[in-house]
Amino acid sequence: MRTIVLVGTRKGCFVLEREGDGGWTTRGPYCEGWPVFHAIWDAEGGTIFAAAASQWHGASVWRSSDLGETWAQSSEGLAYEEDGLKLSKISGLTAAHGRVFAGAENPGVFASEDGGETWSLVTRLEGQPGSDKWNDPANQPPGNLGVPAILPHPTDPEHWWAIVQGVGIFETTDGGGSFTPRNEGLRADWPLEDPRVGYCVHKLVMSPVDETRLYQQNHVGMHRSDDGGQSWTEITEGLPTEFGFPAAAHPHDRDTFYVIPVDPGHGRTMPEGRAAVWRTRDAGSTWERHDEGLPQRDAYLGVLREGLAIDTRDTPGLYFGTSTGQVFASDDEGESWAEIASYLPGIRSVEVGLVG
Amino acid sequence: MSVEIRLPATLPPLFPGLPRRLVLDAATVGEALDELEERWPGIRDRLCEPGPVLRRHIHVYVNGERGAVETPLPAEARVDVIAAISGG
Repeated sequence: MRTIVLVGTRKGCFVLEREGDGGWTTRGPYCEGWPVFHAIWDAEGGTIFAAAASQWHGASVWRSSDLGETWAQSSEGLAYEEDGLKLSKISGLTAAHGRVFAGAENPGVFASEDGGETWSLVTRLEGQPGSDKWNDPANQPPGNLGVPAILPHPTDPEHWWAIVQGVGIFETTDGGGSFTPRNEGLRADWPLEDPRVGYCVHKLVMSPVDETRLYQQNHVGMHRSDDGGQSWTEITEGLPTEFGFPAAAHPHDRDTFYVIPVDPGHGRTMPEGRAAVWRTRDAGSTWERHDEGLPQRDAYLGVLREGLAIDTRDTPGLYFGTSTGQVFASDDEGESWAEIASYLPGIRSVEVGLVG
Repeated sequence: MSVEIRLPATLPPLFPGLPRRLVLDAATVGEALDELEERWPGIRDRLCEPGPVLRRHIHVYVNGERGAVETPLPAEARVDVIAAISGG
């Protein structure tokens, strides 16, 4: 079996791969060196998709059906028809049920049903609480708000969750026709005009073995849901900081979940320059620090929201990429780590696929 | 009328067969873009935002003068499409 790790960087997409338990090789850069925000593996279609945005040529989604050997790109349909509403980039991609979803900035969800050749707007979440302000430049943080991720239901194509940055989670059960905010129980350390929204969700994941078990890394704390996102319980206690970006759910155990806490504020790197991945095996009641093989001195590493991935082996492997261009991998559920790429451009996303 | 188009090096890798320089018939920059789109579908999206208007960092010069989508093209015009200095 071949393992492919797709790495989206500030300067193109890279593919790290190995056969069986062999050594890792690196291919790339692909996508003509365009800044890549999220590269994913669509196992169903056997295709790599990469959301990229060139400073000159705008946003597009690249695709490769031969594991990165050849590529094409298209942004046909990736635009808003409203005057003045710009699509600056595709922030996140999700492949599920024969479609590819693209979360856009400004906030919107697009989908392709022809393998990325053309795209169409699914929703801008019009009318949802917060939507009257999220396209207003006066309300934007540094950078723009967007939809960084769509989480699909495993069996129901019409059922999915979309995150709007700085606003929260919205659930649809009718393919994007209507939405319900799903932020009950989340914490906000700032005033809220409407308690249904105003939450900063960095990463949302679902247990592959229990669709009611969701986890999220939030701007303020780690949180767990046992009812498919209808309510949330904070599980931060025991972690070194409440802040971080990525998260990963164990493929076979609903109670095992991984995060990479970083210092809040401007730094957003691993505390005290000592790299670690944190794991819970009891749904967040207790946390374990895992740093074997990771640098423990002067290692001010940052990992962004799509920067941590887990595969589906019986003993799953984990992979994370840093904003300084290193990729680390674990073959033993995060117990120990090895550096498998050292000098890539700044990394925005890491995803993994098992081929053959 | 016949005009000469010169394209930035960042475009040919995206569109098989697209040369850096080509001659085509167009009366405006917009018509030249239409002709390019006809032959290399998708190229307009790489140069223009909806409108269409030229992307912020795509500059077009017609015989050395800064132009826009609606700029007319004299016969034998030289049209330079430039990817402006940007990024790091």
